[in-house]
Formats: sequence, structure tokens, C-alpha cells
Amino acid sequence: MKNIWTLAAIRIRMTLRNKAFLFFSLIMPMSFFFLYSSVFARGIPADVAKRMGPVISLTVMGTFWGLSATIVMWREQGILRRFRLAPLSAGDMLASSILANFALIVPTVFLELLLARVVYHVPTLGNLLSVCALSIVGIVSFGALGLIVASVTNTMQETQVINQILWFALLFFSGATFPLYWLPRAVQGVALFLPATYLVLGLQRAMVDASTLWDLRIELTSLVSWAVLAFFVASQLFRWEPEAKLPRNAKLWALATIFPFLILGIWENKYGTLRQTSAAMELSKPAAAQQSTTQH
Amino acid sequence: MANPVLQVENLVKRYGEVEAVRGVSFSVEKGEVFGLLGPNGAGKTSTVEIMEGLRTLDSGRVSVCGLDPQRNPNEVKNEIGATLQATSLPDKLRVNEAIRLFAGFYKRRRNPDELLKRFGLEEKRGAFYNQLSGGQKQRLALAMALVNDPQVLFFDEPTAGLDPQVRREIYAIIEELKREKKTIVLTTHYIEEAERLCDRVAIVDHGKVIAQGTPRELKQRSGDATRVEVRLARPESIGALKNLDGVVDAREVDSAYVLHCPRPAPSIVSLVKHLEAGGNELISLEIAAPSLEDVFIELTGRRLRD
Repeated sequence: MKNIWTLAAIRIRMTLRNKAFLFFSLIMPMSFFFLYSSVFARGIPADVAKRMGPVISLTVMGTFWGLSATIVMWREQGILRRFRLAPLSAGDMLASSILANFALIVPTVFLELLLARVVYHVPTLGNLLSVCALSIVGIVSFGALGLIVASVTNTMQETQVINQILWFALLFFSGATFPLYWLPRAVQGVALFLPATYLVLGLQRAMVDASTLWDLRIELTSLVSWAVLAFFVASQLFRWEPEAKLPRNAKLWALATIFPFLILGIWENKYGTLRQTSAAMELSKPAAAQQSTTQH
Repeated sequence: MANPVLQVENLVKRYGEVEAVRGVSFSVEKGEVFGLLGPNGAGKTSTVEIMEGLRTLDSGRVSVCGLDPQRNPNEVKNEIGATLQATSLPDKLRVNEAIRLFAGFYKRRRNPDELLKRFGLEEKRGAFYNQLSGGQKQRLALAMALVNDPQVLFFDEPTAGLDPQVRREIYAIIEELKREKKTIVLTTHYIEEAERLCDRVAIVDHGKVIAQGTPRELKQRSGDATRVEVRLARPESIGALKNLDGVVDAREVDSAYVLHCPRPAPSIVSLVKHLEAGGNELISLEIAAPSLEDVFIELTGRRLRD
């Protein structure tokens, strides 16, 4: 455990020295925050509250990108080889990545919540405990997604391609950009298999409906199981050396980590009420979002 | 040997179809500097990295400080220090942070400030890794290898790619460690390095140890004969060169002729007369004291740098 803390502390320090971090972890999320709040929600407090789910989700989800890129870059540059000479395990390296990532992103999430209250006068942040729990679980689970990407890609180029595809899917099919309710029914069906969809809607429910941890137990449980599964698989597939070959079934194992959401997606498509929840969320209260929906 | 700190027996390592290490055996005693000398791709790094617990072996037996690196990699890592080829540190890591970070991973550790002072990095303690020169990076790598006060040190090509002045600095550091009776395993393809630093040397080629002993013992193998290397205008028969006065061996290496002769002067006179008689011309001539390179040429027919 000591090794994890030591590694996480130095990684936080090094990341803070990186200008790219400032852009991706502060400027970009803040740009999303102001875009969603001022343009999409037109600064109307109740609508800003609704948009906070997608805004926080985007902040949380984006973490997988930097995390996977750092691990692959360290592997390519032979940095991981040097760490391997020390009595460290793959678990130490991965857990420290998650921990450092967590510590670096949490302040941005809190800043977004604070600005929602102060700048846009959002009357309530709903069930703050649920918001925090979902944010924490989201940061860890999307961090674990980064670990999975790093474990199955060999070069930075390959990592960036996979990251772009994933980011595109998370951005447009999860309800983070266009509410689930707006999407065509077939796309909604696909979205119900995406972890991001549950994070976005979970956060929206926590903020708008003040949903409790118990109300959000399915979202929380599936995100936690996904994180645990992804961490375990990533630690098994972890490669210290740039020339180390990927095991034959590695990509299948990586895909298998989505199992909790495969089950949840099938169930939601057949019996679930998430589509209705999204619709109710968008159609509730006379506000900017509702006007947009009507136009749509 | 009574109690070797390192023991390698019939080590075999394969990468797919390629057998990189083919039955390597040697042992190293406490306080000894042991060199693995050979060209690139000879299997030196694979051998060392198996001892460090970084690679698995296909067959054979390896013992480091009485521990098996395959079964107890972390215990072995606590007892060893190493510098690697093709390694790096994060750009935004400061020199003193690197030393302290790595010291923090071990049960036993040395004072980081003392190491910075010893390796002449005090002034650079606040510098980022990417601001260091090649020599400073290598000194930092050596300092980091000592953070856990290891019993055994592994230096894999410690001076490769460094300029001569920096190379001499690294030699001085290794010589100091040698005086402190540290057990050191060094891989190199520099003859000078092996001769200057190593108590014993194993010459490795194509994954096999082809000769082993002290540098002096190895040089005696080639009769302690002086090497005369000549380039000629036209090819000459090896048989004729071997028949020259005092020449004990003659070989063609890289379109040059390497003659070994205990007394070079009469052999050179004999060579010049022979060339004149045959209408051939001498383009260049170099005389060198016997070195491990001669042993390598004698055993493989190739130069070490090939």
C-alpha cells in the first residue's frame, strides 16, 4: 500500500507540471461546463441542474484518455522497465494511476458544482452524497477503462485511435451530448449497453430528483463491478516492456470486462425504465431544455 | 569457488524460434567484478535480465544471493541494484525526487543526499530529467542503482553511446565501487572497459560463453602475441602470410589481414619483403598490444564490433 501512495504522490506532482494536464483537466471541462450551462441551459438554474449530470460525466469520462496515454508512453519510452527493477507489482503501478487520476479530477468536479451554485444560482445540488458517490465511482471506473486500453494497445498511435473511437461513442451515444430521450430508438438500445449512459442519468437523477444511494444502486453496483473487473484484467495483462507480446486472448478478456453492462443493457432493453426516466427528465418543468425538445 | 554470490548453470532463453542464450554457465564471487563481453545480440542482456528477475528462463538454473529470481523476484530485487539499456525516467521528474522515490520502494536504503553528492549531482538536484545531459543521466542511473545499498550490481552497457570523457567518469565510479568490494556484473562490447574494470571476463557470442577467465589469462590464450593489422592493395594468401618470420597466426577480418607475432619487428620486415617480391603494396599498418579483441577474433574469426 505504501508503494501505491508513494507512486501516486509523485505522479500527481509530475502531472501538475504538465501544461497539457491544465488544458484537458481544467480548461476543457470548464469549457463544457459554461457551454452547457450558458448555451444549452440558457443560464436557467433548473436547466443548469439538469445539465450538470452530462457536464460532470464528461469530466469524469475524459480521464481514461490521459491515463491510458501515460501508461503506453511510459512503456514505449522504457520508463516502466526502470520501475520494474524495483520491488513493485503491476497492481502497484495501476492502483497508483487510478489514485493519482482520482486526486487530480475530484477538484474539477467540485469546482463545477461550486460554480453551478455560485454563478448560475442552481437552487439545490440534489442528493449531494449520491452525486459524490457516483462521481467517485465514475472516476475510478473510467480510469480502469484507461487501464484496459493501455493493456491492449502497443503504441501511442494505436492508443490514440482507440481513445478517439471510445470518446466519440461516450460523447454522442451516452446522453452526455444529446439526451438519451432525443436519440433514435435503435441508438437508445445501443446506449443502454454503455457504462457512460448510467453515469450520466444517475448523476442527473441525483441532482434533479435527489435520488438516494439506494435509488441508484443499480448504476453504482454495475459501475463498481465494471471497475473491479477492468482493474483485475488490466493487472493480468499489464506489460512492462515495449516488446512484450500481447497474450492471444487479451482483447477478448478486455472486451469481457463490459460483462456487467452487457447484462444490464439486455435487461434495460427488455424490462427497464431508463428511456422513460430520460424522457421524464427532459420534459419536466418548463425550461429551456423542454423548449428545445419541442422544437426537436 | 567457495560461496558464489551469483550462479548461472546451463541457462537457455528463447524468443520464439530464436535461441538468444544457449547454455550459458558462470559464477561470480563476492566482491568480484565480472564482465560479459560480446557483440550486440550475443545474449548478454538477456542473461543479465534473467538474473535481475526481469525475464523468465526456458531452462537452466540461476541463483542470486542464494535466491531464485524466477520464484522470488521481489526478494532478489531488494538485494540488487542495476542500470538497464534502453530505459528512461519521466521528463518532469526531478533528480532528487527520482532518488527519493526509488529509495522509498526498498526495505534497506541509503541516504539520498549522500548519493547525490557522491555522483556529483548536487547542483542538479532540482533539475528535471529531460534537462540532464547523457552523462548526468547515466550518473543518476548509477546513483539509483545504489539506493538500496545492494549486495550485487548489474551494469548493462553502462557507457554505451557516451563520449570518451563521460565514459572515463563512469569508469572512475565503477572503480570506486570495486574498491568498496561490491559484487558487480558488467556487460559490454568495449574491450577497454572489460580489460580495465573486470576481474574476470566471459566472452559471449551467439548465446554461448566461448571463453572465460581473467583478462590476463584470456590474452595468454592467444600467446600474448602482438597484433599487426595490415591492409593491402591486392589480396594475399593466408598461407603465405602464416609462413612469414615470427607470425604465429594470420586471418582475414573485414578485408584486412590480422597477424599475430610475438616479436613484431622481424615479422614486419619479412612482410614488406614478401609484398615487394610479389608486386603487392601496403596501404596501412597498425600495431597493437594483445587485447581481448584478439581472443575474440581468434575464437570467432570476427571483430567484436561486427
